[in-house]
Amino acid sequence: MQTALRTTLPETELASRANFVPQARVVREERQEERQAQTTGLPLSIRGLRKSFVDNEVLRGIDLHIPAGQFVAIVGKSGCGKSTLLRLIAGLEKFEAGSISFGQDVQPEDIRVMFQEPRLLPWARVLANVEVGLGRDRSSGDAHARAEKALTEVGLADKRDQWPSVLSGGQKQRVALGRALVSRPRVLAFDEPLGALDALTRISMQRLLERVWRDQGFTAILVTHDVSEAVALADRVLVIDEGRIAHDVTVNAARPRERGSAELASLEGSILSHLLSAEDRT
Amino acid sequence: MSLIDSVSLPRSFRLPRVDGLIQWIVPLAIIAIWQVASVTGFVPTRVLPAPSDVVLAGWKLLLSGELVRNIWVSFWRASIGFLIGGGIGFAFGLANGLSQLSAKLTDTTLQMVRNVPHLALIPLVILWFGIDESAKLFLVALGVFFPIYLNTLHGIRTVDPQLIEMGRIYGMTDSELFRRVIFPGALPSIFVGIRFALGIMWLTLIVAETIAASSGLGYMAMQAREFMLIDVVVLSILIYALLGKLADSASRVLERLTLSWHPAFQKR
Ligand SMILES: Nc1ncnc2c1ncn2[C@@H]1O[C@H](COP(=O)(O)OP(=O)(O)OP(=O)(O)O)[C@@H](O)[C@H]1O
Ligand SMILES: [Mg+2]
Repeated sequence: MQTALRTTLPETELASRANFVPQARVVREERQEERQAQTTGLPLSIRGLRKSFVDNEVLRGIDLHIPAGQFVAIVGKSGCGKSTLLRLIAGLEKFEAGSISFGQDVQPEDIRVMFQEPRLLPWARVLANVEVGLGRDRSSGDAHARAEKALTEVGLADKRDQWPSVLSGGQKQRVALGRALVSRPRVLAFDEPLGALDALTRISMQRLLERVWRDQGFTAILVTHDVSEAVALADRVLVIDEGRIAHDVTVNAARPRERGSAELASLEGSILSHLLSAEDRT
Repeated sequence: MSLIDSVSLPRSFRLPRVDGLIQWIVPLAIIAIWQVASVTGFVPTRVLPAPSDVVLAGWKLLLSGELVRNIWVSFWRASIGFLIGGGIGFAFGLANGLSQLSAKLTDTTLQMVRNVPHLALIPLVILWFGIDESAKLFLVALGVFFPIYLNTLHGIRTVDPQLIEMGRIYGMTDSELFRRVIFPGALPSIFVGIRFALGIMWLTLIVAETIAASSGLGYMAMQAREFMLIDVVVLSILIYALLGKLADSASRVLERLTLSWHPAFQKR
């Protein structure tokens, strides 16, 4: 009950919480404790990863370590292999050389992907669509309850009996997020999940992403075209160029972050210039 | 989908209560005009009997039990032929849509057979089965087979691959994937096949019954022609039309029930 209440607080709560009276600080400390207890993220190590399609060498040796629970954003020009890297991490494709390890044996339910398209089943109600995310636990007795909890987390509890076709683009994407979260994944990979949304919906979705990440402590890997989104959300931004990680930029700004602050803007500027110089070379 | 959306009328144009009645205005008007034309002698009854005469003929046949028996025989042939042909078509559609091997093995052959108009087989079928029940069932089943086969196959092959990938990512087993993703995705197309097949079903049955039968509506019409009972001939034609409409309505109801998720079927 407590979780449900807390997660339905308005989006603005994150940004303005710092200004609250001590009462609010108590809630915040509780939450951080809980987060540590819940840190379920998995670390991810990639060594010498290579992948080609026919005669097109897309990834030419990726070396990367992501500590458990980190939020990493991946940027790079179109066609540089961001989606390919994500699909490899999620186990959707095979690679020629290198290794990907999570430090221990993982269950399929531990790793989830979210795409730019919501990929909801049009013939299943919203709640049933979220239940799909339970994987092998779909038919267990508490499936309904777990799906409902995930729907509440993404703020769509009242839409549980709707068909997906009546939802807005942002709502569909939130259902897809609920579906990805319902199995309590330990690694969550996002492939431009907000790419098709309008600016305002995007910002509210970014806040939602940050909030569920803070609540659940999974390791987040976000592929995005939007550098300002990357610096607003991530602990670390990776720039991919010519099949390798060309830049690895740490974002130290404290959370909750203030959008458009000078610190973030200058980081954004330097990452953009990396991207543009890569663009100029081609 | 966008095509369907653009076709459906905006709210203000709909008259929900009268909706069901509106479609009957034109047929009723035609019957009224026809009756007037017959009574005034504008259309000679030799050419076309008055609707009242047709109804009268129907009433007589109904009392003698002949009408019900013939309708029942035709209805039985249509349903059994449809179930056999549709069932086999559906099975092949599933098999070839889901299995590459099965498709390679049988699809080309089936596509070749499809190009033979099934009614052209009537002489051969009479030689094989005589004018037995099996002749009619065979023809109906053959006619119904292809629309259902083709549309089931098409439906399964065009299920959104992104949804299938999603199902696999979320750990669906093959049977679960079929039940939750592939079959519901193919259903709209399968219904298109069923509607086509129902049309072909009646057409085949009419032809088969007029040529080679000793009972049924088509046979009743042919008998009446020999005795110059034009009212019975017209009656048979009208009953065929009515049965066709009935079958179509039944499939629409089924469609509405099973495709309630589809934007085209949602109450506006
Ligand atoms: N299944 C495939 N078969 C052949 N080539 C592919 C396949 N998938 C991706 N590629 C190629 O691999 C390269 C990288 O594709 P990828 O989708 O990873 O790019 P991306 O960085 O995600 O681009 P974008 O930002 O536009 O989404 C592209 O040149 C693409 O043509
Ligand atoms: Mg991509």
